[in-house]
Amino acid sequence: MADRAPQLELRSAPHLRPPYSVETIMRNVVYAILPITLFAVFQFGISALTLIVTVVLACLLTERFFNWTAERDNTLGDYSATITGLLLALTLPPGFPLWMGAVAGFIAIALGKVLFGGLGLNVFNPALVGRAFVQAAFPVAITTWTPSLLKDRFVEFIPTSLTAPFMAPSSLDAFCRDNAIDTCSGVTPLALHKFEGVLTDPSSLFTGMTSGSSGETSAVLILLCGLYLAYRRMMDWRIPVAIMVSAALTTWAIRLIGGDGYPDAWFMLFSGGLMLGAVFMATDMVGSPVTPMGVVIYGAIIGFVTVIIRLFGGLNEGVMYAILLGNALTPIIDAYTQPRVYGINKGKAGS
Amino acid sequence: MPAERSPIFHPSPKDLSLPHGRESFFAGLSGIVGKGVSGIRLWFANKTFSHGIHPGEHKTATHRSKIRRLGFAPRLFLPLAQHIGKPARPLVTPGQEVVRGEPIAAADGFVSAPIHAPATGVIEAIELMPSVRGPKTETIILKVYEADDQQVRYELPQDPNTMAPQAIIDAIRDSGMVGLGGAAFPTHVKLSVPEGHSIDTFVVNGCECEPYLTTDHRVMVEQTESMLDGIRFCLRATGAKQAVIGVEDNKPDAIIAIRKALREDDPISVEAVQTKYPQGAEKLLIKTLLGREVPSGGHSYDVGVCSNNVGTLSQIGTLLPRGQGLIERVITVDGPAVKKPGNYIVPLGTPIRFVLEQVGTVGKENEVIVGGPMMGNAVASLDVPITKGVSGLLVFNEEAIAEESRKRQPCIKCGLCVQACPMHLNPTQLGLLAAKRQYEEMEQRYHLNDCFECGCCTYVCPAAIPLVQYFRIAKAINREQKSKAA
Repeated sequence: MADRAPQLELRSAPHLRPPYSVETIMRNVVYAILPITLFAVFQFGISALTLIVTVVLACLLTERFFNWTAERDNTLGDYSATITGLLLALTLPPGFPLWMGAVAGFIAIALGKVLFGGLGLNVFNPALVGRAFVQAAFPVAITTWTPSLLKDRFVEFIPTSLTAPFMAPSSLDAFCRDNAIDTCSGVTPLALHKFEGVLTDPSSLFTGMTSGSSGETSAVLILLCGLYLAYRRMMDWRIPVAIMVSAALTTWAIRLIGGDGYPDAWFMLFSGGLMLGAVFMATDMVGSPVTPMGVVIYGAIIGFVTVIIRLFGGLNEGVMYAILLGNALTPIIDAYTQPRVYGINKGKAGS
Repeated sequence: MPAERSPIFHPSPKDLSLPHGRESFFAGLSGIVGKGVSGIRLWFANKTFSHGIHPGEHKTATHRSKIRRLGFAPRLFLPLAQHIGKPARPLVTPGQEVVRGEPIAAADGFVSAPIHAPATGVIEAIELMPSVRGPKTETIILKVYEADDQQVRYELPQDPNTMAPQAIIDAIRDSGMVGLGGAAFPTHVKLSVPEGHSIDTFVVNGCECEPYLTTDHRVMVEQTESMLDGIRFCLRATGAKQAVIGVEDNKPDAIIAIRKALREDDPISVEAVQTKYPQGAEKLLIKTLLGREVPSGGHSYDVGVCSNNVGTLSQIGTLLPRGQGLIERVITVDGPAVKKPGNYIVPLGTPIRFVLEQVGTVGKENEVIVGGPMMGNAVASLDVPITKGVSGLLVFNEEAIAEESRKRQPCIKCGLCVQACPMHLNPTQLGLLAAKRQYEEMEQRYHLNDCFECGCCTYVCPAAIPLVQYFRIAKAINREQKSKAA
């Protein structure tokens, strides 16, 4: 029996492993974002495509660069930088100058993620950190919107896209005249409502046939992609639901008190970045609470703050800051919503 | 040559291409859908606890294989500590001849259990031998007489139906009975309810939620009568008014078999519970069946419950009327490396090496697990014997292990562990504290001691963080600190 002296592996239980890993989850998030990306390209043409490619590349290169400087293993394989790049690109206006997109991507990874220690340690959603930075740095470019579905969108760049690095984008007036459009800048449904009191038809918001950031326009597509993730249990469905319910309730209450000058709940839910933010940004696992009660509170806060900023703040869009605020509150929310442990504080009721 | 001396009977070749850890991400859901209409009915009807996981069941290789008897190994190794509590006190000396069923070690104190000779033979030595847990322990080595017919000649027939409760408990203690589900806690201690408490319900655990294992399943199907006898004796011993048998709904044949065997006047009921790990944990089964929560740090008798495993009860039902001791048990032998998976009656003390020779292995057996894959122990030596608490023997080969090893990644705070923990702890937070070695904080603020180490958190973690392993270390260090302080 000496010939069969096996080398036994010693490992402590459990000895079974699930057939998925961090990569699996992240890869599926990428799959879920891809349809939205494709729709953005369909709507806005090569400008959106080059912007998305630029931002994603900027994120990947930044991550790789910092891997290299820190002498760490390559972490591009976990797909999280890809997600950051895609989400960031989708929140930018389609005609956003490419060089500014690259800056946003760099800031997102460098400031939003690497600075905190990499995946899992960041406090804020990196994509939103990048966007918040460019919102402050390039306030004009990030509020310059172009209409969707232009005839020449697949052959012609929106002129602002190709702005030379460190240059301010040119005016879009000539471009708009060529395409026979009256108004060009600041025409998202939210801005229309806020500054001109015009309500966009909810059905066009729902399908996305309107202007806005590259990937924010089609609520129905975002919802479908979110459903896929929720079905694969790779996204906490309670967060988007809590955000939407909270936003809708807040809007409804304000309209009830303030009168018809305020928009209705449908408009609030389907306009701007709320859907993309609720489904893909707020659900970023790293920045959201882990406790069952915590995620609901977190979602409710984001929904409420979004509506308040939109209706009473200086900006016409508040999702980004609402989510960043939610991220910041996550540790506190977690600390105060610890689940009730089996067999504790129930002694009398149980016996 | 032991392999020639005791051939075993193998009626049908089993499916060897068992996938290991390759289940769909929502195995539970698809499993239910796959079961069709009846599955959906079960899904909605059956009770369960909140949280928990659905690892692959891996039971199809053995859940229909009838219990078969394995022969005697040339030498049996009987550790004096086969149970929780004080090790037994040996009654024999080297060179002494013993008869099958004869007591060879006595209970040393209340929380302890005697040991009986599983075979007729001669005591060779009492010395330190490897054990399941790792360190070498005092072990009685019994050389089996090959020529003997191995009848159990040591018995004292009695009628438990007329015995006083305390007499039943004493008889169970004398039989060396311990929890055969895996805990190996002396049964007579469990049945002895402390002053001031009373038992109204006797919970019978037929869940067998660990993947691969099917011993309880086979016991319920094949030894239904003796199991019910065991329950009746225990009802008498504890004074409980009713007994509830909880069976996971992946064993419908067991439920049917028990319902058929029940007498009209039996205060015993069978309840199907959802198939979910760790349904077989005592606290969760009590919560599922009765809606009662055992208080943190308390015992099941605090909520008027005493519980036992079906395998234990079947043995009680068989042994008590004959006044015999526990000398053998049913184990499941399975795993990707096993040629002839099945359920076998194995004499206690049989070395793992002998069992593996009998069932045959493919490839190099690289990981041998005693117990289930979720809570069982990997053994360091094939000389480790099968003891009272061993419910299964799983053998994995190199391929299976390659699938198992995965790269560690940072915690992405996905919260899957929080959604999995059946005790509603916060493994994310506990894991972060463990990494910072704040073990006291873990215990005081995050209820570390309520963790019963089911391993759900480690199983679901996509980043392959060894959470439950951290918690075991943390608990051990806390215990050490306390014993130092005391």
